[in-house]
Amino acid sequence: MEITADALIGGTASGTVLRLDAPISFWGGVDPETSAICLAGHPQEGARLAGTILVIENLIGSSSSSAVMLELLYRGIGPAALILGGRDAILPIGALVAAQMDWKACPVLVLENPPFQTGEKLQINDANITRLEPDATPPQS
Amino acid sequence: MQLTPSERAVLAGETASKGTRMAMEIVTGAARILGAKALVPVTSSHIDGCLYHGDSGVLYCEQLAEAGARVSIPSTTNVGALNLLKPDQVRVPADRRHMAFRLMEAHSRMGCRPSWTCAPYQAGARPAMGDQIAWGESNAVAFANTVLGARTNRYGDFLDIACAITGRAPLYGLHKTEARQGQLIIDVSSLDTNLRCEDAFYPVLGALIGRLSGESVPVIVGLENSNPREDQLKALCAGAASTGAAALIHIIGVTPEAPNLNALESIKEKIIVTSGMITKTRDSLSLAKGEVIDSIALGSPHFSVDECRAVRRLLKGRRSKIPIFICTGRHVMDVLAQDNSDASLASHGIEFVVDTCVVVTPILPEGGSVMMTNSAKFAHYSKGNTGHDPVFGSLGECIESALAGRLVRDAALWR
Repeated sequence: MEITADALIGGTASGTVLRLDAPISFWGGVDPETSAICLAGHPQEGARLAGTILVIENLIGSSSSSAVMLELLYRGIGPAALILGGRDAILPIGALVAAQMDWKACPVLVLENPPFQTGEKLQINDANITRLEPDATPPQS
Repeated sequence: MQLTPSERAVLAGETASKGTRMAMEIVTGAARILGAKALVPVTSSHIDGCLYHGDSGVLYCEQLAEAGARVSIPSTTNVGALNLLKPDQVRVPADRRHMAFRLMEAHSRMGCRPSWTCAPYQAGARPAMGDQIAWGESNAVAFANTVLGARTNRYGDFLDIACAITGRAPLYGLHKTEARQGQLIIDVSSLDTNLRCEDAFYPVLGALIGRLSGESVPVIVGLENSNPREDQLKALCAGAASTGAAALIHIIGVTPEAPNLNALESIKEKIIVTSGMITKTRDSLSLAKGEVIDSIALGSPHFSVDECRAVRRLLKGRRSKIPIFICTGRHVMDVLAQDNSDASLASHGIEFVVDTCVVVTPILPEGGSVMMTNSAKFAHYSKGNTGHDPVFGSLGECIESALAGRLVRDAALWR
């Protein structure tokens, strides 16, 4: 099944969804050295963002989150892709800067009410999101 | 996107340094992401990107500076990760200290005014009503929009310095009049009149506003006769910008762009705030239970001269049993030094934290686990950033607790 989103930053990626069930600010909410969610009481506290297809419906908080995003990408522990519930520049800026510095950026997509749940496997090609069968191997990109 | 000839020339590398072109690429890239149709000229910037979060940001800013990028509009700096006046205060390994310093230095090299404060609006940066600006730091953004009536979105790291270098920002969101209209009424008029004047009420109300507003621009009704002071509005904005996305809050009778009461009929959504909601929000800002307090953290946003003097009054010459940190800027220290208030406060156990603050860099005592604060922002970020459990209280409760060395509550405060 294919779903079309808006590609803010194009690219290909595949991976397993990590969906955040509560809003988060990356600054103060994500440890830039481990990519773990460190906000006390957050439903996904302790989960690591590295390599995931990160689905975030609502963003909040500090404008320092771009820097945390850039640091994750610089260290190679960023999400494989970001799917945001609304247009927002804070996290994509981290990916734009990473591209300027020739570090590995990640695709960023916008989709209102993203239906994806934690554990689902997705393949992303620019604006297209494909749901993979649970036991399917992601196609080589 | 419609770019002017001069903007296009910068992008093409014809009229500016390579660093300026990199900055223009970030501004136009952000504009595209945000769906902006054009850029807007901005007259000032407040740069959030000078706080060390890792080597990546340092390498980027140094590359900008190296490539000739310089700010083209007055630009203040937010807190860094170091107290440049008292280097030993911050416990960071030498390599990180060096990188944090390089990041601050790169911003100075690009021509920023080294203000190192999260309250630039109390350090001389006072944009006028209607000015288009590009500010970072969520509390400063909320204050500039709400209290000053200037126009900015929340500009995060890298986009803030890119706007400062190019003098442009994406034309979207709160730069435009239509996005500044109130959408949600939050009515506090049923709360106790005296409570609505208390300092400690404002950060709590801010935290509640942040949680209630979501993406909407809230309109607060019921503070018309409370005459909130600037420091109270500062605390409210910081609370709202920590717990939510609030970047503009209209307060009827108080803030310059607030609609008048008659214009409220067009707003459909309305929430009546009860005293129970206030109490619940207040309690949510305290994670520690029990009486143990290891330190007091004040000054998020950075304390003003008035707030420092209030601490001095509350101490009444007594000396604290536990560390009291006051985070503030050099603009305040300079004034305090004029009548030796700084030395007097220090002799009663106050430790000033300048150029930075206790939740962005390791300063709070090692081994301690509970910090008390009068700031909703400190309370919100303390656990994640420092590991210390916060206890929220009024400034009076903080000082009395510091003097007693354990939690002291003022039962009369929350009616």
